[in-house]
Amino acid sequence: MRKILVLFAHPKYEHSDANHALIQSIENLENVQIRDLYELYPDFNVNKQEEQEQLFQYDVIVWQHPFYWYSCPPLLKQWIDLVLEYGWAYGPGGVYIQGKYIFNAITTGGSTEVYSHKGRNRYTISEFLRPFEQTAKLCGMHYLPYFHLGGTHRISEPDLLKKADEYRELIIQLRDSELIPIEPNLQNH
Amino acid sequence: MDGFLLNAIIYILAAIICVPIAKKLGMGAVLGYLLAGILIGPYALGFISNEGEGHDIMHNAEFGVVMMLFLIGLELEPQNLWKMKSLIITVGLTQVLVTAALISGVGIALGLDWRLCLAAGLSMALSSTAIVIQSLKEKNEMGSPGGKMSFGVLLMQDIAVIPILALLPLLAVAAAGVQGDSGSHGILENQPGWIQTLMIFGAIGMVVLLGRFGFGPLLNWVSKTKLRELFTASALLIVVGIAFLMELVGLSPALGTFLAGVILANSPYKHALESDLDPFKGLLLGLFFMAVGATINFTLVVNEATSVISITLGIIILKTLILLVIGKFKKLRLSENLSFALGLSQVGEFSFVTYAFALQLGILTQANSDLLMAVTALTMTATPLLMVVLDKLIQPKLIKESLGNNRKMDENIDGKNKVILIGFGHFGSTLGRFMRANGVEATILDADPDQVDFLRKMGFKVFYGDGTRLELLHSAGAEQAEILISAIDNTEHSLKLVKLCKEHFPHLEVMIRAKNRYDAYEMMEMGVKNVYREHLDTSIRMGEDVLRKLGFRAHTVHRLAKQFKEYDEEALKVLVEYKGNQDEYISKVKKQIEMQESLLSGEQMRKFSMNDHAWDSDVMKDPQK
Repeated sequence: MRKILVLFAHPKYEHSDANHALIQSIENLENVQIRDLYELYPDFNVNKQEEQEQLFQYDVIVWQHPFYWYSCPPLLKQWIDLVLEYGWAYGPGGVYIQGKYIFNAITTGGSTEVYSHKGRNRYTISEFLRPFEQTAKLCGMHYLPYFHLGGTHRISEPDLLKKADEYRELIIQLRDSELIPIEPNLQNH
Repeated sequence: MDGFLLNAIIYILAAIICVPIAKKLGMGAVLGYLLAGILIGPYALGFISNEGEGHDIMHNAEFGVVMMLFLIGLELEPQNLWKMKSLIITVGLTQVLVTAALISGVGIALGLDWRLCLAAGLSMALSSTAIVIQSLKEKNEMGSPGGKMSFGVLLMQDIAVIPILALLPLLAVAAAGVQGDSGSHGILENQPGWIQTLMIFGAIGMVVLLGRFGFGPLLNWVSKTKLRELFTASALLIVVGIAFLMELVGLSPALGTFLAGVILANSPYKHALESDLDPFKGLLLGLFFMAVGATINFTLVVNEATSVISITLGIIILKTLILLVIGKFKKLRLSENLSFALGLSQVGEFSFVTYAFALQLGILTQANSDLLMAVTALTMTATPLLMVVLDKLIQPKLIKESLGNNRKMDENIDGKNKVILIGFGHFGSTLGRFMRANGVEATILDADPDQVDFLRKMGFKVFYGDGTRLELLHSAGAEQAEILISAIDNTEHSLKLVKLCKEHFPHLEVMIRAKNRYDAYEMMEMGVKNVYREHLDTSIRMGEDVLRKLGFRAHTVHRLAKQFKEYDEEALKVLVEYKGNQDEYISKVKKQIEMQESLLSGEQMRKFSMNDHAWDSDVMKDPQK
């Protein structure tokens, strides 16, 4: 059984039905730990030591966040900047998170269709997520396909619950399955 | 001079003219009153034509001393008095006994009657509570080690008045009953000794009982009428009543009221009593000192100039030396010891009472009494002057000397600091520690010598002294510094500092701690840009935690707190600009309150401030609309 760490970043979680549904679906799972970054570091003063110690203990990491301006909210970027330290996460001696699995779980207001070469946003989500992918790669982690909850502006209650269940299934699967398939280009369609 | 009104005008005018001048010259109010008295006395302008008149006034005004002791008692809670017991007994008792013994001894050695010497010695051992307390308060030194010791000595002297007054009649008996009628002294005179003793204990017991169980209900009952003057009247009744009772049994009225004050110190009426009686005390004491000034017999002083001056000097030197030894023994630093010793070196106002009593008892002759009074008044006049000399000329040198070595060393190592921090109490020390933790050393000024010692040991660069003094700022390197921080909690001192900096060090960035909104106004009006209200951050931080405990999101609360603080600071700046125009100011205040209310109600709606649309996707959900 793998241990899963969900690094959750939402500056106004109290207003996000979508993220509430996602978090609620996984919050009582065994071996799944959620770190609510905006609650832990309201002043952006991320405790590097503590975060590294936590990170080290888990096998699968989830960056769960809304997709703001084709990226993550600033506190998650701050977390990446401070915690994935040279000499610890990468570079000489930076071996402590090698071999872990990581992926983004994002929510977007727009539907999946707008994230395509023909759509309004002109690029696919996996293209937008390249910086995360490369960050994982540099640290020797396995970057897994993203999880996406789209169209949150108009989503119906049953659809949202269905999506939340999917998320829960994904997390359970990552926790319990013998093997996690790693296919580098799987998500690039 | 005839007529009560005319007399009143003369006294008040003299006081109004002399006291402010004396204060301006740094001599203190007591000396101002003494000078006013001398000025209107028989030897200068002659408004008071003879000493008898002065004596009468003095006798009436002695009541100011009685009131003062009541007020001193009010300030002293019994627990605190108990805490000071070692100070009172060791320092105070030593001072009284040794001084009395030495003065009497010198007198006897000069061949004077031993009874006279003992009476004079005991009287002269006492110092002037009024002068010393006043000047300690003026210099803000009540809390310093020297100030505390002075207070202990004064308390012991106040207590010593009882045994002294009890002892004097015995000396009269020993003086073979020269005086048949010893004057107006109580109803107890012709009673046998045991009844007298019983009555005395009864009277003290009565004061204690009344203080415990009588005055509280009385004041409570009176205060329910909501008539302020009635409360004042009750306060006067308490003091006058006790004084009367004490005189009845032949005890010191001052001591009785002191006792009542101590007992009432724990009562809820303490502050009301203080504020009601304070003006009476001030006026009566002023009158008392003026009367003292007017009774100095200058004919005598001139005729017996040598003996008067030599006795005066002798007394001051003797008292100072004894106190210096005691101070040394108690490990006071030299500068502090000097002001402690010299400060207490005068003969106190109680001695006027004891002289009068001793005169009645026939221990002193009129000539003796005149001489002693002249000496006493002269010591009272001289010590404030000597203190001025000490403070202005000698102390700065001493402080420089004692701090000189370290300072030189500091200069050699790292030159002057860019930051000057004034005041190293709770506020300043936190600030200083924070700066130091980040490698910024500040030059620190503090008025508490113990604190200075401690900080020097910790390697801080500290100067002792009142940071509002120009020379001190100079020596702290105000010319080279960039930032001056005032962390003192005294608004007046802060304002003084701002003025000084504006005048002499305009290049300094001044950052000031303000106690509240009103102080902040004043400082901002003087052009200070960096004003820090001491409660603002803490109270908002506490509010943040409250909201979080109630389930609000941490980051949201953090942002709201920040906004609230900025809003509050902004509102203050707006208000400052309109403060000069009262009408506009009031309407502005109203507007600000309205704004604050709308802000508050906006926050209450859980959607927080109406303007906060950050990360708000509601508007995006229906873009067509």
